[in-house]
Amino acid sequence: MSDLSYVRSEILPERAPPASSVGVVGWARANLFNGIGNSIPTILALIFIWYVVSFLVSWVFSPTWSSESLNQCREIFGADGGHSAACWGVIRERWVQLLFGFYPEAERWRPVVAFGLLFVALIPVLFNMISRRMNWVLLLAVLGLAALYLGGVLGVILGLALLGAAGFIGFKAFSTSKEDRAAQIASGAKRLPNPLIFSAIFPFIAPWLLWGGSIWMPIAAALGFVVGFFAFRFLAPVVGSLAGLIIAVVAALIWWLFLTTGFAGLMQSIIPVGLEHVESRNFGGFMLSTTIGVVAIACSLPIGIVLALGRQSDLLIVKALCVGFIEFIRGVPLITLLFVASTLLNIFMPPGTNFDIILRVLIMVTLFASAYMAEVIRGGLAALPRGQYEAADALGLDYWKAQRLIIMPQALKISIPGIVSTFIGVFKDTVLVSIIGLLDPLGLSNAIRADQAWNGIVWELYGFIALMFFVFCFSMSRYSMYLERRLRTDHR
Amino acid sequence: MKKTVFLGALTVAGLAAGASAAATLDDVKARGKLNCGVTTGLVGFAAPDANGKWEGFDVGVCRAVAAAVLGDANAVEFVPTTGKTRFTALASGEVDMLARNTTWTLSRDVDLKFDFIGVNYYDGQGFLVPKEMGVSSAKDLDGATVCIQTGTTTELNLADFFRANNISYEPVPIETNAEGQQQYLAGACDTYTTDASGLAATRATFEDPSAHVVLPEIISKEPLGPLVRHGDNEWGDIVRWTLNALISAEELGITSTNIGELSAAPGDNPEINRILGTEGNLGEMLGLDADWAKRAIMAGGNYGELFAKNIGESTPIALSRGLNAQWKDGGLIYSPPFR
Repeated sequence: MSDLSYVRSEILPERAPPASSVGVVGWARANLFNGIGNSIPTILALIFIWYVVSFLVSWVFSPTWSSESLNQCREIFGADGGHSAACWGVIRERWVQLLFGFYPEAERWRPVVAFGLLFVALIPVLFNMISRRMNWVLLLAVLGLAALYLGGVLGVILGLALLGAAGFIGFKAFSTSKEDRAAQIASGAKRLPNPLIFSAIFPFIAPWLLWGGSIWMPIAAALGFVVGFFAFRFLAPVVGSLAGLIIAVVAALIWWLFLTTGFAGLMQSIIPVGLEHVESRNFGGFMLSTTIGVVAIACSLPIGIVLALGRQSDLLIVKALCVGFIEFIRGVPLITLLFVASTLLNIFMPPGTNFDIILRVLIMVTLFASAYMAEVIRGGLAALPRGQYEAADALGLDYWKAQRLIIMPQALKISIPGIVSTFIGVFKDTVLVSIIGLLDPLGLSNAIRADQAWNGIVWELYGFIALMFFVFCFSMSRYSMYLERRLRTDHR
Repeated sequence: MKKTVFLGALTVAGLAAGASAAATLDDVKARGKLNCGVTTGLVGFAAPDANGKWEGFDVGVCRAVAAAVLGDANAVEFVPTTGKTRFTALASGEVDMLARNTTWTLSRDVDLKFDFIGVNYYDGQGFLVPKEMGVSSAKDLDGATVCIQTGTTTELNLADFFRANNISYEPVPIETNAEGQQQYLAGACDTYTTDASGLAATRATFEDPSAHVVLPEIISKEPLGPLVRHGDNEWGDIVRWTLNALISAEELGITSTNIGELSAAPGDNPEINRILGTEGNLGEMLGLDADWAKRAIMAGGNYGELFAKNIGESTPIALSRGLNAQWKDGGLIYSPPFR
């Protein structure tokens, strides 16, 4: 036998795959040019994309930022160009108006600070990835910057002090590692107060910043909760918890309806502290949209939860009220509710009543959002297996404890996509207020076009507005995805 | 049925408002500000500038009234109203007067319980067509597609006109003027119809205005004027005579430049003296002081100056006076005498 062999006796070394089947080329061949049927649509799509993108780029990048009017833009384009490029002068001239409406120029720091504080207040509620200390750093930094901006000797000193404190806490936070800090806390080091305290105060600070007036008004409003709490605390052991709750609510309502104004007026006359009052009439642009959107979003979730629970209740009246409310509000278009707010309420109230138009709109939009929210949450409740309710009962939890510890965490988690899409929908629906004469971004775009210099401009304004809305809505949607990932407890 | 109920509600509101808020003048003085209803934006008539300051022809009337009553042309709170909210805003007392290019019609005057205190602009509905269409008269528009704002009187006028001339058209409903411009430029309709002043403003924004013409036919009467609630005639008188003062000032040659000189001492013309308060007690009769008309005229100039500054031939809108010339020049603008 010779050593001739017809079968390879040793294994060949592995070779790299051919260049045409890996990397970009390989991916393109496999996915885009996989045969004639695949190649032709690919090429057509590429041509289409090229066409759109090249048009958009040449439209967006136009040297018109400094123009003063549409006609000036046209001069810049020249005789041949036509109106084929954007005229950005309108945004340069009006972006402040689109953001703040008619808010007095000297006071515009207030909505900005309120917006900054909104995030500081939201972070401990929304994210658990940021440490307690970093939250205080953020809060102090925002307040410090605001004080610096306001200027004056006092402002500068206060601003520097706040920023210094922020820097100090920030430095400490960075210089001690997580484990060291945990050890310090375990050995009895003092912790900073919970940032949720600020989140609870924020709902009183924000309206004060936006509308101004005496500082005693929000304080008096907050005291209403204190009144209610103490009434419950002292009466509940005496008269039972349900009666105590009812009395506490009534006490708080009496405080709000009859005593708040007097208290605030009295305190204001003793210690006058306040900001310049800004009329609702001057609210406009994105500030108006955000105000309505944030209030409606923040209030609709708790109201929606209560309504959803009420709808499942065994108590006939509670159930009937909740079903009636939800079905009525859902059966009526939002625009109708807004018309009721702007015109009908005006007619039914005695002449001379000054019921703030923005407040009316806020209430209507909140009610509208709550009804939808209730149904979304009811979906989450319905998706929970019956066993969860029974398990809660078996553990001996009462109704509220079962809801708080067992049912709601699961039901809310299931409904996150629905909740967030309701939020996004509500935020976008705020532009409907332009129909009742409030100058939100869309209403302002019409007002801006009524300026002779900018009459005829459409795409630039709508593009800017769309971009701003996209930023808000897209961040909400990304947040919902983050939340879903964070709360995922199944083992996939 | 729905409309009747709505109008009924309005009526009740109007009565209630009229009964209890009889002294608008006192309210305005106590407030220190005039609440004036304007449009949310109409070229030349009312629009906020980049600093949020309202300007325009209708705005000028508001400022004149504020100057006459409060002595400050800037003491005005401009309340933007839409076509749907304007009448309730006035009926409910949210605004003291409405200067919002509103057409004076019988039903608005009588059924909605308002008082039109005069006319500050005589408008009429016209047609805008591309020149290349070769149409010279609105009667040649048989079978044309027409862009038309829904829910306005222009829609009804259009139907009346085409029916009266026994020709057909196809409406393209639009919601706002901006949409109308875009649809018309995109060729979605052969012609765009709205008030002639609006057409002129629209045409002025086109790339090539000379390629479009406004047809000669004016198919409706649109007397636009400020209005107040029924039931407070003293207030109505103040607004009416403020507008009349602006008109008379133009007729008599009182302008914002020579008014200081004319009002310094009584002159040769007794009517000028009466208007400017150097003679007689007309201001006192209105419940105002003697200088009321002087301040109103100084706020933005006389009628002619307001017209020229906001919508006249030197502006991009370039409206000629036409019907809105003084009666002596063959127009309809006419003020009763100050006596």
